Amino acid sequence: MDVQEVRKEFPILHQQVNEKPLVYLDSAATAQKPLRVIEAVDDYYRRYNSNVHRGVHTLGGMATDAYEGAREKVRSFIGANTTEEIIFTRGTTTSLNIVAHSYARAFLKEGDEIVLTPMEHHSNIIPWQQAAKVTGATLKYIPLQEDGTITLEDVKKTITNHTKIVAISHVSNVLGTMNPVKEITRMAHEQGAITVIDGAQSAPHMKINVTDLDCDFYAFSGHKLGAPTGIGVLYGKKALLEQMEPVEFGGEMIDFVDLYDSTWKELPWKFEGGTPIIAGAIGLAAAIDFLEDIGMDQIHQHETELVNYAFEKLQTIDDLSIYGPRKRAGLITFNLESVHPHDVATVLDAEGIAVRAGHHCAQPLMKWLDVTATARASFYLYNTFEEIDILTDGLLKAKEYFGDVF
Amino acid sequence: MSFNGNLDTLYRQVIMDHYKNPRNRGKLNGDTLHIHMNNPTCGDRIELQLKIEDDKVTDVKFLGEGCSISLSSASMMTEVIKGLPVDEALDISHIFSQMMQGESYDEEKYDLGDLQALEGVRKFPTRIKCATLAWKAMEKGLKEQENN
Repeated sequence: MDVQEVRKEFPILHQQVNEKPLVYLDSAATAQKPLRVIEAVDDYYRRYNSNVHRGVHTLGGMATDAYEGAREKVRSFIGANTTEEIIFTRGTTTSLNIVAHSYARAFLKEGDEIVLTPMEHHSNIIPWQQAAKVTGATLKYIPLQEDGTITLEDVKKTITNHTKIVAISHVSNVLGTMNPVKEITRMAHEQGAITVIDGAQSAPHMKINVTDLDCDFYAFSGHKLGAPTGIGVLYGKKALLEQMEPVEFGGEMIDFVDLYDSTWKELPWKFEGGTPIIAGAIGLAAAIDFLEDIGMDQIHQHETELVNYAFEKLQTIDDLSIYGPRKRAGLITFNLESVHPHDVATVLDAEGIAVRAGHHCAQPLMKWLDVTATARASFYLYNTFEEIDILTDGLLKAKEYFGDVF
Repeated sequence: MSFNGNLDTLYRQVIMDHYKNPRNRGKLNGDTLHIHMNNPTCGDRIELQLKIEDDKVTDVKFLGEGCSISLSSASMMTEVIKGLPVDEALDISHIFSQMMQGESYDEEKYDLGDLQALEGVRKFPTRIKCATLAWKAMEKGLKEQENN
């Protein structure tokens, strides 16, 4: 793949920040948007903005076709069997909350176990904590190895026949660890548990096939793969979704409404109360088209090369610690000894480089790493090797700057 | 060294001095107001202890983890408010907040000590919350005390 050609599709990348060319290394927080997405949303609002699934007018029909077409696009993107299994949500957080609310609270009881890992994002911890409080279920954690990975042996030990749900990130947003979710799902199923995969950091970066993984739920966000903010996906196996009650009630999700009771639409609409995120879904379809034209395997390959290069380069900097395993997804979390990550990020910002500094919504993991905050550089299809050189130079400047004032 | 003038406004020598040699860092014994506060978006945290006698801040110490801006601001704050009546400490906190928001403030009313070195922070809007953490902790403690 030709990165320079890819970059032409991203208008935001061609600007100066603090009088330096922008080096955007924060795609794990949110990805930049290709022109195709911006234009698809623009086109919808200019030409056929209408509500969906109601009325008989022409524009309503166009909007419905585009919205449901986006659902089919997502189905094929993640290898689901039917569009009944694709629910549009606000993002990964909402998707995980739907499972925790509608599935966990209905089917868990005292003595049941929910298995997690300490590397989870807050959005894959707190919904389960809340579900456990309500149902009397308990939380268990698969321990981390020193390099921030988990072993299948520990997975096997942690999941028991009391385990009902295993909720785990496909890729850690801090460590870059790629978890063997297919094997974990097999082990969970052997014990009669279901798996909920947080795909926020995997769906944008690698080919996903939920049928092959055999996971029961898979959640991801559109904005991390180039779609607008506010659109996400919950994939769920049809047999499970059918047993679940909606979380939000109101317009759009009903079949018949009487004064004292109502019935729900069939899947997937029973989970989509209210006017849906139409423009977001249309933008998501455009983003998926864009990524698939380039090829998910090519994107993954490019990011792997970038992160390997970055790993080598950053390791040459004295007093810089990298967190997580050597084999990793396209992000690097690090700290410079004696320079707080906020200060690192501010010095880098002065060089036009955008990185994330903070706890990355993973406070339990920060505790495990024994740090309060870290800096993170994350890569996407539009990043270049030159940008990693600029990052390295920026880090050397930060070190020099803070070394000098002390 | 100065590779960037803007950065120098943020990280002035006096700020770095407080960061490297924080004043009043540690713990107080005995009866004190004890406030824990953190910045949930970034993980900075402060533990502030205030000894109040006859409506005066007779002693103050802090512990915490954070960036150069949040820790130097805490250090400067303890220096400025130590020995002041509670109402004056709160008044200075108000002045500091005006300074951070780029509003005009009365420079003459109190001896602001090294605090004015933090004025450059307001050019870095994403860092203002670092500078104000310790002050919010102080205000929380003193206001709770007043209400009791």
